Amino acid sequence: MSAQVDTHAHEDDHGHHPKETFITKYIFCQDHKMIAKQYLITGIIMGVVGILMSLLMRMQIAWPTQPNVIFEALLGKWAPGGVMDADIYLALVTIHGTIMVFFVLTAGLSGTFSNLLIPLQIGARDMASGFLNMVSYWLFFLSSVIMIISLFVEAGPAAAGWTIYPPLSALPLAQGGSGAGMTLWLVSMAIFIASSLLGSLNYIVTVLNLRTKGMSMTRLPLTIWAFFITAVIGVVSFPVLLSAALLLIMDRSFGTSFFLSDIFIQGEVLHYQGGSPVLFEHLFWFLGHPEVYIVLLPALGITSEVIATNSRKPIFGYRAMVASILAIAFLSTIVWGHHMFISGMNPFLGSVFTFTTLLIAIPSAVKAFNYITTLWKGNLQLNPAMLFSIGLVSTFITGGLTGIILGDSALDINVHDTYFVVAHFHLVMGISALYGLFAGVYHWFPKMFGRMLNKNLGYIHFWVTAICAYGVFFPMHFIGMAGLPRRYYTNSNFPLFDDTSNVQILITVFALVGGVFQLVFLWNFFHSIFYGKKAEQNPWRSNTLEWTTPVEHMHGNWPGAIPHVHRWAYDYSKPGHDEDFVQQHVPLKEGEEELQH
Amino acid sequence: MTGLLTILILLGITIAIWQMVKTFDLAQVNKDVSQVANDGDNKVQGYLMLAFLGFIYGITIVSFALWGDLPLTSNSASEHGPEIDRLMIISMVVIFIVQTITQFLLHYFAFKYRGEKGRKALFYADNDKLEFIWTVIPVIVLAGLIMYGLFTWTDIMTIDEDEDPIVIELYAQQFNWKARYAGQDNVLGKANVRLINLDNANILGLDEADPNAQDDIITTELHLPVGIPVLFKMRSQDVLHSAYMPHFRAQMNCVPGMITQFAFTPTVTTEEMRLNPDIYEKVKNINKIRVNKSKKLQSKGEEPLDSYEFDYLLLCNKICGKSHYNMQMKIIVESEEDYKAWLQEQKLFKNSLVQN
Repeated sequence: MSAQVDTHAHEDDHGHHPKETFITKYIFCQDHKMIAKQYLITGIIMGVVGILMSLLMRMQIAWPTQPNVIFEALLGKWAPGGVMDADIYLALVTIHGTIMVFFVLTAGLSGTFSNLLIPLQIGARDMASGFLNMVSYWLFFLSSVIMIISLFVEAGPAAAGWTIYPPLSALPLAQGGSGAGMTLWLVSMAIFIASSLLGSLNYIVTVLNLRTKGMSMTRLPLTIWAFFITAVIGVVSFPVLLSAALLLIMDRSFGTSFFLSDIFIQGEVLHYQGGSPVLFEHLFWFLGHPEVYIVLLPALGITSEVIATNSRKPIFGYRAMVASILAIAFLSTIVWGHHMFISGMNPFLGSVFTFTTLLIAIPSAVKAFNYITTLWKGNLQLNPAMLFSIGLVSTFITGGLTGIILGDSALDINVHDTYFVVAHFHLVMGISALYGLFAGVYHWFPKMFGRMLNKNLGYIHFWVTAICAYGVFFPMHFIGMAGLPRRYYTNSNFPLFDDTSNVQILITVFALVGGVFQLVFLWNFFHSIFYGKKAEQNPWRSNTLEWTTPVEHMHGNWPGAIPHVHRWAYDYSKPGHDEDFVQQHVPLKEGEEELQH
Repeated sequence: MTGLLTILILLGITIAIWQMVKTFDLAQVNKDVSQVANDGDNKVQGYLMLAFLGFIYGITIVSFALWGDLPLTSNSASEHGPEIDRLMIISMVVIFIVQTITQFLLHYFAFKYRGEKGRKALFYADNDKLEFIWTVIPVIVLAGLIMYGLFTWTDIMTIDEDEDPIVIELYAQQFNWKARYAGQDNVLGKANVRLINLDNANILGLDEADPNAQDDIITTELHLPVGIPVLFKMRSQDVLHSAYMPHFRAQMNCVPGMITQFAFTPTVTTEEMRLNPDIYEKVKNINKIRVNKSKKLQSKGEEPLDSYEFDYLLLCNKICGKSHYNMQMKIIVESEEDYKAWLQEQKLFKNSLVQN
């Protein structure tokens, strides 16, 4: 009933599936919708671990070296008598960063929504390769498990910061965590990268080849544009991190000197000669900076879709939005040096990277202005997803603006590696991307689980989170402006910073409240999967194709032929139509013109 | 105690959430259960958006009122410091203006255009002119900031050898700093970690045969003469460190296997800085905090804290291992005479070696 009717659907015959077992349906499943759910739930579990770690860190910073029963319960031998050990503090810093950036905001966000939405929104029966898609998820799962296992290593988990700069990360003599903990970290990340590459290639091929009839690239919803370009950035930059990780493994275990030279540690001279840690920094940030956009672009894509739908208005400046995604993607690969202004690289390079870095503010500004204009004269349906999207634009602006300071090499001398940086990137990529993830979950929950999330719980979740996010990260700029370095286990060895200790306590209180209120979300999420109200087919009255599929999931997505597309995704409140939305598969009326976009 | 309190608070909040959940569920039985925002929701959430705008403005005002002294933007102690501070303040003003306007538009629109049944949104998809304007405005503002920033950066990073700077090595190791003065000849002797010999106290690995090394002076405190340019050569023996001297607006990483550099001219002596009214106030405030903390410590039978006196500091600002949080060195800026007198008292490298 499917492939034959639809001339450009791929060959798989989705109509005649043999009986499904529990294993093929829920575990080794090749259906993109189930894989999306697997990614989401794994991401949520990792998110709980990551956020819990940040709360432990915040408690230590606010009440340094004081006995705390929570530490004793959770950290065991790393908190003798309830006093947190300095080594485990750095390990928490490291693993929190790694988990949040890679496992939650890359795999959890991009993995979930690229998988769910690419086939559904472009009108395809599944991903180009369902098998690779399944392998991609299971590699991600394996890498998550290894990362968690690394927490239980005798000498401690990796503790060199998520950037794992050698020599600290290369020498077990320099730090307990650089032994087996770091080995597991590297293995986990190598597998993660393999997973990410398989996923990204699949997304790219699917978007390029499997669009339904009429779905030209200029009719793609902005979500798909964002996922597509994100996948391209991932394919370009992740292999570089893989190579850096492999070279580091060589240095650690096979005696090479790619990143190490002239080292005297614990009374002995090591044999390494001729390598350079700065080379590692270059390789790391060649992924590390694009990674910021790998995290952020899908969130912006989701926001574009949610804001347009809930404003009941076309997204303003579709072409400009696509152009800025492309511009951001291109620029993101030539700005990495702004993490290295004071690394010892040639100051002339600092000038070049300042220039390219500040350029990236332009497409970002265009996106922000376009979102605001989309709200203007809309008929805003303030659903929880919409609140999170507006919140994203707010934190994206607040956090993005301080990038003007950090991207400016002359100013970076001063605030590099202080709390100012922590405040900046948490707002602009951490909180923003997290809001994107939440917006996506609230918006597409009905599509994923066929049920609705409770909106009042969504409102509570949003407002407490929004207030706490600003409460945590806004004052943090000010302690950064006092010159307080980040990654200090305690600041009590510097009386100079004693007047920031009250701010630290305030921040921690906001963090604890914000962290605890994520339980509202968790409860709402898991409760609604089973007991939520049954969803209608198109609850948000949206234009995109995923809402033309039946509520109950099926292989192949559409029971009949795949709908053909006749218009772009943003015909909301178009004059000449009775409803305030016109779905993409509805043919143009006689005399109706499609916008030139 | 704190731990117990934290647990109690967490427990309380959890119970509160659970209660709220139950209340909401009960309240929803007879009402609209579609879980899609209705006019009532839009109204409430619209007003909350407006309130949230107030919250953002409020937290901005409170933050500036309480912590607005921003030590990194005033009272710099180096020649290039005021340049950086000026650029920083200009950038902050730009940010402040843009932030205030855009947050207003975003949240006000969210309030003003909250949905109502039967109203239709404006179909408004494109306006090339408008988009051109808000592409060009950031371009102009950023072009200005980039130019200003690049001039400042080049100015700071270009080292003028004609000025005859005093050459000092900053040597980093887990978890302390050493300084090495170049001595009479103002040339640092050759050094490599392979030459370190702990038995004869050649701790920085100087080439004992190098004539330039003989008059080098190794210290654990950094003394600088006021008004004279200093060129720092940074070295690390084990892992990455970063030499951060916030009062001088100076920072550079120390990288094993290579020598990095940074130069500046200190302009304010430690004594003068202690008398600066802003610093004086800050120190007084810090001591008040320390006295309060001491009282608590003493009531528990622990040692009270020392009172704090202002000093310039060199901090490690690149994660370097367990005691990263306590890797520091005192910096003393003094008159040239005092500096020379101090230097006279220090042992020359050739005299510091232990003969076996």
